[in-house]
Amino acid sequence: MAAPRRSVGKPTSDRLPCNTTSFQKKSRSKLVSIPGTRPSVQNGQLIVSTGVTSLDYVIGGGLAVGTLLLIEEDRYDSYSRMLLKYFLAEGVVCGHELYVASALDHCNDILQELPAPILDDIASPKTVEDQAKSCDPESQEAMKIAWRYQHLPKVQTALASSSRFGHYYDVSKTMDPEICQAARCHGFYLPEHSTAVTSPTTTGPMSETYSSLLNNLQEVIHREGFDGSVPQTKSRNILRIGLHSLGSALWGDDLCCRENPSHGRALTTFLYGLRAMLRSSLSVAVVTVPSHLIQVRVCAVH
Amino acid sequence: MEGKERQRRSKRERGRKRGEFILVSDKHTDASFLIHHFLSFYLRAGCKVCFLGLVQSFSHYSAISQRLGVSLTQAREKGQLVFLEGLKESLGVLLQGEASKGTRAVDFLRDPSSGLRGLYDFVRDNVRGGGGGEEWGPPVLLVDDLSVVLSLGVSVGAALDFSHYCRATVCSKLQGSMVMLVRCEEEEEEEESDEGSERLLRGLIHQCSLTLQVQGLPTGYCRDIHGQVEVCWRGQCDGQQTQKKLFQYKVHDKGASFFARGTSSAVL
Repeated sequence: MAAPRRSVGKPTSDRLPCNTTSFQKKSRSKLVSIPGTRPSVQNGQLIVSTGVTSLDYVIGGGLAVGTLLLIEEDRYDSYSRMLLKYFLAEGVVCGHELYVASALDHCNDILQELPAPILDDIASPKTVEDQAKSCDPESQEAMKIAWRYQHLPKVQTALASSSRFGHYYDVSKTMDPEICQAARCHGFYLPEHSTAVTSPTTTGPMSETYSSLLNNLQEVIHREGFDGSVPQTKSRNILRIGLHSLGSALWGDDLCCRENPSHGRALTTFLYGLRAMLRSSLSVAVVTVPSHLIQVRVCAVH
Repeated sequence: MEGKERQRRSKRERGRKRGEFILVSDKHTDASFLIHHFLSFYLRAGCKVCFLGLVQSFSHYSAISQRLGVSLTQAREKGQLVFLEGLKESLGVLLQGEASKGTRAVDFLRDPSSGLRGLYDFVRDNVRGGGGGEEWGPPVLLVDDLSVVLSLGVSVGAALDFSHYCRATVCSKLQGSMVMLVRCEEEEEEEESDEGSERLLRGLIHQCSLTLQVQGLPTGYCRDIHGQVEVCWRGQCDGQQTQKKLFQYKVHDKGASFFARGTSSAVL
């Protein structure tokens, strides 16, 4: 009988956190745990979810950080685009930073189309003032019948905590703009960048658009400190890179247009450079390629 | 690995006059476990190793070699291992173009038509043993993998020239060994035999003394058998016959085990 009265009088700082127990797991490893990632059960590599849990299962738990997932597009780029959006949506939900490059859509357009995450009902502690404001007039007075539960925090729909690996999405709805804006996103929209391409030196077998994309990506990685160059004061984060429809004619690559393209090795050279960049930074990339349009056998796509 | 060691030792005891060129090729699977094995094997044997790591970072090889019991960083510091980090050097060239000051070994990225001359110069300068304290064993050149240069614009002829020059320097002149990995893509119905890694593979098979062709099982995925290896000793000019043997393998955490077909631990 005395218990409820005592807990109501407690200051809010003493309230228990969301998970209602005070048990804290001691992590002995010196690795900083990044939200939205976990070590793989097979070989201990750090993996992230692709956003589609069944795909995660098929590729062995998730995508390893520092690797690249290449998706061959279907005929009208419907499912591959969906996979890319799932990947980016997962990044938004986990709090990762995003980098989106497309020659067709501006990155803001892509972000507006992300599927809505299916929210969990989890308990979140609210301060006394919040509770007083948001209470209905009926329940403002102390509970008469269920008084034992009066001190428990009110259940509020909130974003599922990022301690879970892999979320589910409702494709019929788009993501809330507030959640989208909370995510940091860097975009590369080719029509905006093509006028600024001023590389005086041609970089061998790679075309100018690909080298400008590579340079822009390297600049973002270096500036935000994903390659360890900047000692980050806040905790480390992952950069999710989504490259849409590389190799298509919109990127200035005639690989999909002719049987004897002039820069036949531009895409593979770009992928080689991208692999080098991924291996040296905390990032993971998903690239979609319209391979059904490529007429010549591309040698050794690795 | 014991069966393979025994066969290799018996081959060595026959008294070769020149070093060995071992060609590892794979199709539909990943034969890099053999490269990791050879790397740790030659480092443990005390040879001077020159490793061209064109497809993975140094930390990748280092982490795997740690599990096999060899420390690459220590070997590098002692001077036993010379490692070319292909990815890192290439990124410098790709980002900065002409202005980059990296090693000349990845010059083929600046101008693919110039071939692999820069890479060969790197090998020649670094593969000689001795010089600076300890005397190491015969030099060894490991390349992982050679077929990636084809996708970066280098012609098949240039890659074959490179392997020929390396063989002349490492195997004939210095009596060392050479191991190269070549990855093939899948065959398609229309045989384009003029282009690509098939032609490179055929050219290299003629140059090498031992071929290890790794494939997945033709019947599909199996948890206990990861694939099969066809070992082929090529007859050299002193009249030895070409021998072929087929083994199946399973990759473990600390290496791989080879066994004859039908004798897998899952079956027996």
